[in-house]
Amino acid sequence: MSITAPPKDWFQAPSGHERVWLGMAFAWCIVLFIMMPLWHFKGKQNSTGESYATTPAAFSERVDRFVAANQVGTHNGTPIVEAPPGGDAYMLGRMWSWYPFLKLRVGETYRLHLSSMDLQHGFSLQPMNMNFQVVPGYDHVLTITPTQAGEYTVVCNEFCGIGHHGMIGKIFVE
Amino acid sequence: MTTLQSNTTELRTCDTTGLPVFKGAEFFIRLNAVCAVVFLLVGGIAALLLALTRWQTVHLLGPEWFYRVLTLHGINMLIFWLLFMEIGILYFACTTLLNSRLFSKHLAWASFVLMVSGAVMTNSVILMGKADVLLTSYLPLLAHPLFYLGIILFAVGALLGVFNFFGTLYIARRDKTYAGSVPLVTFGATAAAIIAVVAVGHGALALIPVFTFSLGLTPEPDPMWYRLIWWGLGHTSQQVNVTAMVAVWYLLATLTTGARAPNEFVCRAAFVLYILFINLASAHHLLVDPGVGAGWKIWNTSYAMYLAVLASMIHAFTVPASVEIGMRLKGYTRGVFDWLLNAPWRNPGFSAFFLSLVIFGFIGGITGVTLGTQQINIIAHNTLRIPGHFHATVVGGTTLAFMGLAYYVVPLIFQKDYIARPLARIQPYLFGGGITLMSFGMSFAGSEGVARRTWDIEAAGVYGASTHMMLGLLGIGGILAFTGLLIFVLLTVGTLLIGKSNKGRPMACWGVPKTITKIGAEAEREVDPHNTPGAMTLVVILLVAFAVYYFANWGALADVWHVR
Repeated sequence: MSITAPPKDWFQAPSGHERVWLGMAFAWCIVLFIMMPLWHFKGKQNSTGESYATTPAAFSERVDRFVAANQVGTHNGTPIVEAPPGGDAYMLGRMWSWYPFLKLRVGETYRLHLSSMDLQHGFSLQPMNMNFQVVPGYDHVLTITPTQAGEYTVVCNEFCGIGHHGMIGKIFVE
Repeated sequence: MTTLQSNTTELRTCDTTGLPVFKGAEFFIRLNAVCAVVFLLVGGIAALLLALTRWQTVHLLGPEWFYRVLTLHGINMLIFWLLFMEIGILYFACTTLLNSRLFSKHLAWASFVLMVSGAVMTNSVILMGKADVLLTSYLPLLAHPLFYLGIILFAVGALLGVFNFFGTLYIARRDKTYAGSVPLVTFGATAAAIIAVVAVGHGALALIPVFTFSLGLTPEPDPMWYRLIWWGLGHTSQQVNVTAMVAVWYLLATLTTGARAPNEFVCRAAFVLYILFINLASAHHLLVDPGVGAGWKIWNTSYAMYLAVLASMIHAFTVPASVEIGMRLKGYTRGVFDWLLNAPWRNPGFSAFFLSLVIFGFIGGITGVTLGTQQINIIAHNTLRIPGHFHATVVGGTTLAFMGLAYYVVPLIFQKDYIARPLARIQPYLFGGGITLMSFGMSFAGSEGVARRTWDIEAAGVYGASTHMMLGLLGIGGILAFTGLLIFVLLTVGTLLIGKSNKGRPMACWGVPKTITKIGAEAEREVDPHNTPGAMTLVVILLVAFAVYYFANWGALADVWHVR
């Protein structure tokens, strides 16, 4: 009875079905753990949290230089910028837009820098459904390789005020 | 002091269970339970409005009120409803079960007044539109100072209640009011109380600097630092809910089926694992964040062995095994599932408990561990998959278990028999079924990339018909669950107001399984507590479902862009 004092000899080693289940459950917990370091070394999708201290002003200046050097067009008034393969790409989040839009190539690797000008934002790449946190003061670097061509939409998925739902960006992959 | 003493030690013997009920403790259990139900209703009305807004076809609220109501919903449900209930449960577990008076009436009053004033302050600030910051209030988002002050006052009040619990444990031991070890339910409640102290400590560390910042007295704390510490509150407080819920499972299993733990040592050890291996660092919420590296994330996700998950997997076995043993002792020994088929399914205390166990384990537990895996979090973070997970743990699990508890608390502590009992018998199914549907809708919409905490998805222009169908499922599930919640609140409040008193006689029985064969020593000899094939079958099914879901998610992750 769980609501009365246990028998005096309650300190007993598990046995029978309980013992079997304890073994199975513990083995499963070890599998759960092993998968993470294994994927870290063998898998292609990892969140390493690589990041550097920055400020909104400093980050914005780098984004402007990136846009000036690499702009290839506009989409609904926002510059489309083609990042150099193997090089840096930038996208900043602010209430309530992503800036600039990017043009990337399949199979090329980019260092995508994400940061915020104001509140926290969420970089959510759709319909791929990849999600990363964007925090002011942190230059969050994703070393990213697009695997399929197409037009992708960046949705903000961290609440950032009344216009949050309209904070939409674009990444074009050829 | 003498009058206070005589007040708190005055007691009656429960006419149903024969347990002692101390008048002083009973009074505060009642106060806390009533407040809990009031805040459940506030949070529930908010929930309905939210479900009807996220159901994109209905889209009831405008953006301003959507985020305001979302803030209200999170705080009233996750903090006010659950903590008022938990303080009541703590007072019960340390007085009635230990045959002791409550440590201090003054402390209980101070706790209660602080909690109520904090809750009213925070709710008022939210409804005035001064705190549209959601439950987490992530910096640099900033609310009115009184929003933080209200939560801090509430937390201090809850902490005083926890100290009162510890004080009672002390005087009970000192005065030798019980013999031997504390009962399992009290042990579990103690684990919850210890984790609550850890949670409130993190809360103070995170919210006090933000409170002083909002007053302009101190500089702005770093937003990543805030996320780390805030989740020391946010995640740890969910462990309080889990631990209290498991204690309630054991309690309800005992009251409804005469359950008996297969091995008290293993059950208690599992509670200790909760205390030791909860994620102090709350890493599950920072898995795709900047500022913390892969090593930190992998280590803090699991401490290498997932021992808190192991604890839940142990309870996943020992709780149904307790029921199986209790039922086998009553003579339900045929086959593997005779005990389960003959369980008192029309007893809302039992159905709420068992549905809570199944929803928590099969939906909440499996999704929680999977989404909290470091790399898999990339395809889950801040999508609707996350609320899809925690509505199965904290609503389908904890809230449903606490509702089941109320079907005993009201007759035994308020001494009133429930009105409209047939309605009460279907309520757990309605609520549990609704939450399950809603959780499925959320999880599948989230898998298709729909963000949580977002008023509208049309502006993104990427979601098709199947997503809208899933959001419709969310809406319909939400309506069903709200109906279940409303029935619960109306029945409970109605019973307190016009229910028949059962003073001087046992409570009206909800129905418990009859003993059909031998009783006593003879049955004891024939039932081996180490042989529970029914519970074993259930957990093997759980493990298979777990493995399928877990590896399916690794498969889905392998399909997305490469990223380091």
